[in-house]
Amino acid sequence: MDKDLFQYLLRLGDNTLVLGHRVSEWCGHAPVLEEDIALANTALDLIGQTQLWLGLAAEVEGAGRDADKLAMLRDIWGFRNLLLVELPNGDFGRTLMRQFLFDAWQVINLGRLMKSSDPRVAEIAAKASKEAAYHVERSADTVVGLGDGTAESHARMQAALEYLWPYVGEMFVGDDVDAALVAAGVVPDPASLREEYDAFVGRIFATATLEMPESRFTHKGGKNGAFHTEHLGHMLCSMQWLQRAYPGASW
Amino acid sequence: MYAQMVKTDGTGVKDRAEMSADEQAFQDRIDRGEKIEPKDWMPDNYRRTLIRQIGQHAHSEIVGQLPEGNWITRAPTLERKAILLAKVQDEAGHGLYLYGAAETLGVTRDALTEDLLAGRMKYSSIFNYPTLNWADMGAVGWLVDGAAIINQVALQRTSYGPYARAMVRICKEESFHARQGFHIMMKMARGTKEQKAMAQDALNRLWYPVLMMFGPSDKDSVHTAQSMAWKIKMDTNDELRQKFVDQTVQQIEYLGLELPDPNTKWNDETGQYDYSDPDWTEFFDVIKGNGPCNVDRLAARNKAWDDGKWVRDGLMAHAAKKTAAKLAAE
Amino acid sequence: MKNEWPLWEVFIRGQHGLSHRHFGSLHAPDAEMAIKNARDVYTRRNEGVSIWVVEAVNVSASSPEDKGAFYEPSNSKVYRHPTFFDIPDEVGSM
Repeated sequence: MDKDLFQYLLRLGDNTLVLGHRVSEWCGHAPVLEEDIALANTALDLIGQTQLWLGLAAEVEGAGRDADKLAMLRDIWGFRNLLLVELPNGDFGRTLMRQFLFDAWQVINLGRLMKSSDPRVAEIAAKASKEAAYHVERSADTVVGLGDGTAESHARMQAALEYLWPYVGEMFVGDDVDAALVAAGVVPDPASLREEYDAFVGRIFATATLEMPESRFTHKGGKNGAFHTEHLGHMLCSMQWLQRAYPGASW
Repeated sequence: MYAQMVKTDGTGVKDRAEMSADEQAFQDRIDRGEKIEPKDWMPDNYRRTLIRQIGQHAHSEIVGQLPEGNWITRAPTLERKAILLAKVQDEAGHGLYLYGAAETLGVTRDALTEDLLAGRMKYSSIFNYPTLNWADMGAVGWLVDGAAIINQVALQRTSYGPYARAMVRICKEESFHARQGFHIMMKMARGTKEQKAMAQDALNRLWYPVLMMFGPSDKDSVHTAQSMAWKIKMDTNDELRQKFVDQTVQQIEYLGLELPDPNTKWNDETGQYDYSDPDWTEFFDVIKGNGPCNVDRLAARNKAWDDGKWVRDGLMAHAAKKTAAKLAAE
Repeated sequence: MKNEWPLWEVFIRGQHGLSHRHFGSLHAPDAEMAIKNARDVYTRRNEGVSIWVVEAVNVSASSPEDKGAFYEPSNSKVYRHPTFFDIPDEVGSM
């Protein structure tokens, strides 16, 4: 059970770790100052959530690691994030579309985790869900604004959606880890979130005049660590460099 | 400083005898310590000088995001990453407040941005130096922000109301920047052999560029007198530089690092430290665009602005559609 | 094409019970985004619980020339200030 919980917490923590890292890459390069500041806020929330989820993961694991050791000293096969969040930023439209696709799931999933039978999980979910609620409001607004903006912004958002859509399904694919925790009432069944998700994002895409792709094909391999994209390794090269180059130093 | 060598159009202080009645009344208000507000009458030269100074200050904050942003993705711990990101975000915020202050003088933020991107307006010379190792994040916070704070604290009393109010907000937020920088330096200076080497390397590389931030020596600063009369500059370049050296030498010694300038010595007679001048030829080269990073910095800002155009236009077009739909419904 | 986002003035109420206070300005395509941007720009350190935004072109201001006529008359009405009235100490606080 603790082994499964550890895996599940890595999934949550790695999602926010990797996405927070990606979003932080925008700092100083966003289209306008107000967006630069807003993106940094999102990244900061995600990094904060990472500290909580990975902190709890380390505690559950009980092997003397902490959140930083988990973040900085695992190699690519140890990561359990969704493939969606490790994809490169692309243009601002793709970044915001990825953010929206993630936020929409995150806010639903955290809502269920707030009712977890494990109070530690419920507590972190309660804190994170307030942040996620703001994230999804903002990213949905931006998806609508750019989808229903100029011809160029519309085309870019539609292209972003089509590029990212095949990575959405992984959120809803369950495995043995999920099954064990679902049975214990710790986490929701991933598949059970899909209907609400599709209804919500469908509503936003309609307002945004974007066409939701019909295909249900999904890439997978992130949340169980079997098959990450090539992009994650390059990210780890930057993220983990100092800890790898100077082992044991205190920063 | 974040605003260096700001031109005042004239040379030296305008003599009272040459002033119009309006100008005399204006100067009297400043001398009494009153704040000048956006709709108040002000000499054209005061307005133009302020636009240049506040604009340059704002540009420095924005370009200043880049050297530190360079390390966000390589920060060694989650907490360091969050702190650095929050700090660089503050700089974007400070740029935003300052552009807002400049806009009260009748110029738009986009116009100022385009002046920066075309190289028509400057930003502080310090941001044309690279950040090469993690200790630079310590040294930049400690020294660069430390130097900036000395000036910004004084500018809270500047004569132009919106500028003074922006400085109050900035100083309040800025107080954590220098401290987090020094905190990194303490960790590094007391860390492993390699970490200590990084700390010394960062200090040595940044020392003279930081001294240059205060601008050329007073004898070469033709615009200082008028700006001081207008209270948009509160102290001379050399006064601020000396203050910075005096407070920093002790901090270097506390860290147990070597002084980057072997000529730094306490002078009993003057009651302050003697130190070597930076290489002013290098300073003027950097100002002219030949610093190590000038081209990269401007290219990065231009790219962000050009790549972002479709986003700004898209969101604006959507807002226009919403307004039109609302009007049609009424 | 010039297509600058309009300028908005931001007013924030810091704590329950206090009035909204002018905090600064920012740019946004419309009012909804201006409120969100204000949240991200001006409440990073728990500064506020309520946000107002007004497009800067819609702010009407008194002109500085009126200063005397507007504000000086109240100088002579000192009785509006509580310190105008001497109350003996033995009455207690009032």
